[in-house]
Amino acid sequence: MRTMTFRDALNEAIHEEMARDDRVFLIGEDIATHGGNLAVTKGIPEAFPDRIRETPISEAAIVGIAVGAALAGMRPVAEVMYIDFVTIAMDEVVNQAAKMRYMTGGQASVPMVLRLPCGLARYSAAQHCQALESWFMHVPGLHVVVPSTPRDAKGLFPTAVREPDPVLFLEYKRIYSLEGEVPEAVEPIPLGAADIKREGEDVTVVAVGPMVSKALEAAVLLEDEGIDIEVVDPRSLSPLDVDTLVASARRTGRAIICAEDALMAGCTAEIACAVSERCFTDLAAPVKRLAALDVPVPYSPPLADKVVPSVEQVVQTVKDVMDEG
Amino acid sequence: MEPAPEQLKEMYRTMWRIRLFEEEANRQQAFGNVQGSFHMYIGEEAVAVGFCAHLRSDDYIVGTHRSHGHFIAKGGRIERMMAELFGREGGICRGKGGSMHVADFSVGMLGANGIVGGGFGPATGAALASQLRGDDRVTVCFFGDGAMQRGTFHEAINIGAIWNLPVIYVCENNQYQQWIPQRRMTKVTSVRDMAPSYGIPGESVDGQDVLAVSEVASRAIDRARTGGGPTLIECVTYRFHGHSPGDLQEYRDKEEVEYWRTERDPIQLLRTYLIERQQLGEDEDAAIRAAATVEIESAVAFAEASAFPPDEEIVTDVYVDAAAAS
Ligand SMILES: Cc1ncc(C[n+]2csc(CCOP(=O)(O)OP(=O)(O)O)c2C)c(N)n1
Ligand SMILES: [Mg+2]
Repeated sequence: MRTMTFRDALNEAIHEEMARDDRVFLIGEDIATHGGNLAVTKGIPEAFPDRIRETPISEAAIVGIAVGAALAGMRPVAEVMYIDFVTIAMDEVVNQAAKMRYMTGGQASVPMVLRLPCGLARYSAAQHCQALESWFMHVPGLHVVVPSTPRDAKGLFPTAVREPDPVLFLEYKRIYSLEGEVPEAVEPIPLGAADIKREGEDVTVVAVGPMVSKALEAAVLLEDEGIDIEVVDPRSLSPLDVDTLVASARRTGRAIICAEDALMAGCTAEIACAVSERCFTDLAAPVKRLAALDVPVPYSPPLADKVVPSVEQVVQTVKDVMDEG
Repeated sequence: MEPAPEQLKEMYRTMWRIRLFEEEANRQQAFGNVQGSFHMYIGEEAVAVGFCAHLRSDDYIVGTHRSHGHFIAKGGRIERMMAELFGREGGICRGKGGSMHVADFSVGMLGANGIVGGGFGPATGAALASQLRGDDRVTVCFFGDGAMQRGTFHEAINIGAIWNLPVIYVCENNQYQQWIPQRRMTKVTSVRDMAPSYGIPGESVDGQDVLAVSEVASRAIDRARTGGGPTLIECVTYRFHGHSPGDLQEYRDKEEVEYWRTERDPIQLLRTYLIERQQLGEDEDAAIRAAATVEIESAVAFAEASAFPPDEEIVTDVYVDAAAAS
């Protein structure tokens, strides 16, 4: 099978959705120059010159305009250059996009995708490295998608575009260059369908975004020690496929939840709670969480490297859970 | 009023210190000693220098993502900024901020900013503090032409105007916002033309000519200091380097860059001016550069000698250290 990077898989998915549906258009800063700020929109200006709109530095307007165009029947795919700047458009995301359908008694539909590059990369410090998925999980009316592999990016993007409600599509910058197998044709992946990335007997490791590859690396190291982990990727955090997570935790009897957002009220909290509530009595040990430190991301490289969980920490946490029961 | 020769020479010296600092930082970036986002100010030195020359050390400035020049012009500690770029413990932000977040509160440099347009509110708020306290400090808010398009521009300047705050909003119009020419992103390219809609004075000035900048700056700063309220000023300038390292610059003509570098270099323009008026001799010129070179070399030595912060530093400074504060 062919392999490609996460970036190229996403780029291909954007091309295909734009070719399939001429209501789809792109809006954002620097998206039509040099292939886009993070080179995800390469080739789009040439292929679809009328459906790519490069904007001023006006995040609130970018998202607001996407909401309005969606209300009026288009399928906007908006990009905010880094998730850190979505703070500027929080009214548009939280009060406008998320609540329109409900407030209008079902009259309104906001079929838009908001692409949000996120997470640590290139030591760009506290205002360019955040992971904010849990903020949006907290808002009814939004979908939150976090692909972890090129194949999932390719399969989740068309679903996001075709979805009648707003989807926040989180792209961890550090996995743009991750290589993986991507079939010529990928079926759209439904929202709320977790994926078992590796089957195992002893511990369920729920891993979000970039933690998936780290968990798979940890699996190899743990194998040598006779521990067999199951790696489960929720793929979308809202909706969250609790059934698959719970079934896995029941089978293995142990669960740890890993993500790169902060520990305090992070996405790991919701997942851990959902699993514990449903299978407390089936577990041999309490559910453990592994998340980023509760700090802004520091610049200094040796410090920044220690903010999010490492492969070694996954290995250690799995062992701790094994020791507990 | 034209600045005295000594004052002009001081501006000349400061412009060299900025330029040599950045050339060195850029080299260190290529070596990998400086990581992360990194935006060079070279070509725009006359703006920071022309304004800060008229500020007291207790006045405030608020910077942008491109603020090494603002930091130096305001009198920030250069070796501490180099160490910051190196991510070291001795850095001005103890290695936690990096290039985009340099700040030196001891001289009223309230911080660079990773958020374009993030400075309008804080600058206006610092000016409000001066007004509430009844002191006569002023605040200079530097921002790029791209930042004009943020909502905060409108919101903050309107409030600065209605409250008559001692703040000067200075647009460094380098004609590009990342990879996009300014004229594609706004029909009104000069903030001077927007000033009337806020009911405040507006000015536009050649940002390569430090004498011209200095004159406009001195007028606006005096007005703000004596209760005359804000001014909105455009300085037309140019960045000689790409937006950030690795920028291919396919969006602008090489000839255009060459023209600004050779014909419109603010340092060379001032140098010619001083030499023509016999206010600067060759020896003195060489001595100014040599001194700046030595200063930058020792800044690098300071940075290299400083250790990376210990791991415990990751969790400090999130909140005040209660033990240290009491
Ligand atoms: C709110 C926000 N949007 C986008 C960016 C990404 N970005 C950083 S610098 C820049 C261009 C800024 O242009 P301008 O204000 O003219 O300043 P210049 O870089 O030209 O000095 C952009 C788009 C950002 N840092 N913050
Ligand atoms: Mg600019």
